[in-house]
Amino acid sequence: MSATTRHAVFVLRGNPVTALAATGMTLVVLVAVLSPWLAPYNPITSDVSHALQPPSAEHWAGTDQLGRDILSRILVATRLDLSIAVSAVGLSFVTGAVVGGFCGYRGGRLDRWVGRIVDVLMAFPLFVLAMALVAAMGNRVENIVIATAIINLPFYTRFARAEVNVRRDAGWVEAARACGEGHLSVVLRFLLPNVLPAMAVQISLNLGWAILNAAGLSFIGLGVQAPTPEWGIMVAEGARFITTGKWWLVGFPGLALMLTVLCFNLLGDGLRDILDPRMRT
Amino acid sequence: MTPPLLDVDDLKVSFSTRNGTVDALHGVSFSIGAGETLGIVGESGSGKSVTSLAIMRLLDRAGRIASGRVTFRGRDITRIGAGELRGLRGAAMSMIFQNPRAALNPIRTVEDQIADVLRAHRKIGMAEAKAQGLELLRAVRIRDAERRRYAYPGELSGGMCQRVMIAMAIACEPALLIADEPTTGLDVTTQKIVMDLLSGITAERDMAMILITHDLGLAARYCGQIAVMERGLVVERGATEALFQSARHPYTRRLIAASPTRHSRLEDLADGAPRPVVAAPQRPAGTGLLLDLRNVVKTFAGGVKAVDDVSFSIAPGGALGLVGESGSGKTTLSRMICRLIDIDAGDIIFLGESISRVPAREFHQSPLRRDIQIVFQDPNDSLNPRFTTFDSIAHPLRRLEGLRNGGILDSRVNEAASRAGLPADLLERFPHQLSGGQKARVGIARAIAPRPKLLVLDEPTAALDVSIQAVILQLLDRLRREDDIALLFVSHDLNVVRMLCDDIVVLRQGRVVEAGPARAVFEHPRDDYTRALLDAIPHFEPRAATPELRAAAFPAYDVQGFK
Repeated sequence: MSATTRHAVFVLRGNPVTALAATGMTLVVLVAVLSPWLAPYNPITSDVSHALQPPSAEHWAGTDQLGRDILSRILVATRLDLSIAVSAVGLSFVTGAVVGGFCGYRGGRLDRWVGRIVDVLMAFPLFVLAMALVAAMGNRVENIVIATAIINLPFYTRFARAEVNVRRDAGWVEAARACGEGHLSVVLRFLLPNVLPAMAVQISLNLGWAILNAAGLSFIGLGVQAPTPEWGIMVAEGARFITTGKWWLVGFPGLALMLTVLCFNLLGDGLRDILDPRMRT
Repeated sequence: MTPPLLDVDDLKVSFSTRNGTVDALHGVSFSIGAGETLGIVGESGSGKSVTSLAIMRLLDRAGRIASGRVTFRGRDITRIGAGELRGLRGAAMSMIFQNPRAALNPIRTVEDQIADVLRAHRKIGMAEAKAQGLELLRAVRIRDAERRRYAYPGELSGGMCQRVMIAMAIACEPALLIADEPTTGLDVTTQKIVMDLLSGITAERDMAMILITHDLGLAARYCGQIAVMERGLVVERGATEALFQSARHPYTRRLIAASPTRHSRLEDLADGAPRPVVAAPQRPAGTGLLLDLRNVVKTFAGGVKAVDDVSFSIAPGGALGLVGESGSGKTTLSRMICRLIDIDAGDIIFLGESISRVPAREFHQSPLRRDIQIVFQDPNDSLNPRFTTFDSIAHPLRRLEGLRNGGILDSRVNEAASRAGLPADLLERFPHQLSGGQKARVGIARAIAPRPKLLVLDEPTAALDVSIQAVILQLLDRLRREDDIALLFVSHDLNVVRMLCDDIVVLRQGRVVEAGPARAVFEHPRDDYTRALLDAIPHFEPRAATPELRAAAFPAYDVQGFK
């Protein structure tokens, strides 16, 4: 067993909440990968004769207004929601870390300009900004990813900037330069990896938030379109039936959404402990 | 017989950690009477700070007084409640911490913070507290106290902040003052001023003082009694003079041997393996200089001249000491010579080639990069936390010599590590798993790995214990003689520089005030500033430790020293 694995096991054992969140996360990812084989029914084919049935042995989570199996739709939707979140957060993390890292290292005019642009971005109500971006760029999955990435960008840029800034005068940074590293590789290969553990918390919280954001956009009719199974659309469509007591249309996709976000949020702190070599003793 | 003011009896403190309970103190006993001065000396990890924190009951959550008694004025303070403790702290016993900047609240004025202490223990109004605060600031010799009392800690120098801390500590006339490394991080001249002030004030007000320090010279100069601690135990204690003249415990003897005196040579400091005598390599006459600085100038934003018209040179295999206090420009100068920052005017010639014409941004591609290497001041801060020891040492070899993983790289890393005295089993460790001395060795191994011609050492021993300092100094001297590496030794400590270097350059506010052969500068300084620097070093002189001699050697401090 490698030192990293041993350390991860140690952290998880001392921290049952993280262990629980990690288990939940693993399940969600497995479902995302295996959903086409896991889903008991086709998530798109409608069967109006079985519409709006409550949960039963045949349909564990009931059926919707078109008679589609809700459990199958939830399982299949996992992949889409997760990939939107992961790619959006990945995009903003990489861009934000690099931009923020250079600003924090260089300082000066570049830093001031980027700082003001970030301030302007943060002055917008973020969800409204995402709405506007998707509306302007067109209703496609790629555009949801880009919009979510843009509204997340300020946080990563600021965070990376601040963390790099406090480390840029450290002895080991100067030592790296004396060992023949240029400024570019000092930032990319020395400073940013050291900032990563602190950013892991942010990434994990942000993933949950990005899923909510994507679901929110679909809920108001932007982004993913019916009949594609997606948690936000399912909640939006199901909301019409909640007044007539058909709670399962909203309840189960909502539950899936909530549990996934919760797992991401709980994972954050444990992730930092695992990634930071100083925590290994 | 009157009972002592403070009596510590068989004190045991343990900390709970990830790997179970660790005992920090294994039964420490000592006592101090009213008005006495006790120096607790020992190296890092000896438990001297834990002792002081335990006396003040300031141990953090993980620490616990396992057993033993701390009797202060007849009360066992390991057993009293939080309320009574609050009444004692600050009023009957107070503490001065290591880093004055960190110990003061940065967003409140000096006056407010002193008034807080007074009002916490006495029923007086704000106006009266502030008036008393002003008196205290005058007592700690803060010039222009009427104006300075409105200053925030950030607007004061480190020495000034420490004086404010002293004012706060003596505000309520405590019977006992605990000073935990009160001058670490201050310049030597400031250290002298602060320590003179502290001992003057405690004597004047009949306070007892416990001085915790790693510096034997400081303890010998200012304390009547000494307790030597090693690994959580007091191994020896007694009157200063008697203890240092006839130390019995081997650890005390080792400490004394490692503390440089005015006359000690490098080989006196520690008894390592006998040094093989290596003749200095013969150089043909007319060999050029290794490094030649010509009228170097560096101006920072705001027009401050950090380095102003500095010239000096080093011969191949030579050793030059660059001495000065903080703000003298010595760090800026060392970074310019390493080509990490650019110079504004003048020229730096290395091996006959002007290296200052290549911008610092592009110097990493220069073939001369590997010839100039640097060892940084703080070993804790100079290693990448994500690199193992092996990676740290291999880094310059990979980058500067293009070595790939494999036998050659392994053998070069092993060679550098063993030259620096680093055991091979430490190569897989991360920096946080190493001690300060081990980290210093990694820093040296990394710098010598590419076989440089010039090694710049930026206060490489400032953060280390004396015994480790002794070993590191000997190591550097050996590297110089055996591997023919020239040294540029940057330090505030003239005495250490004297032992290692042939020549000394004294810097003050960016200018060279004195330069010459080490012996001449040390024994016959021509400049007043050099003389002040020399005076301020608390030389460890066991034989001069008698009170009369001490008074003669260190006359009451002159007020001129205050800025």
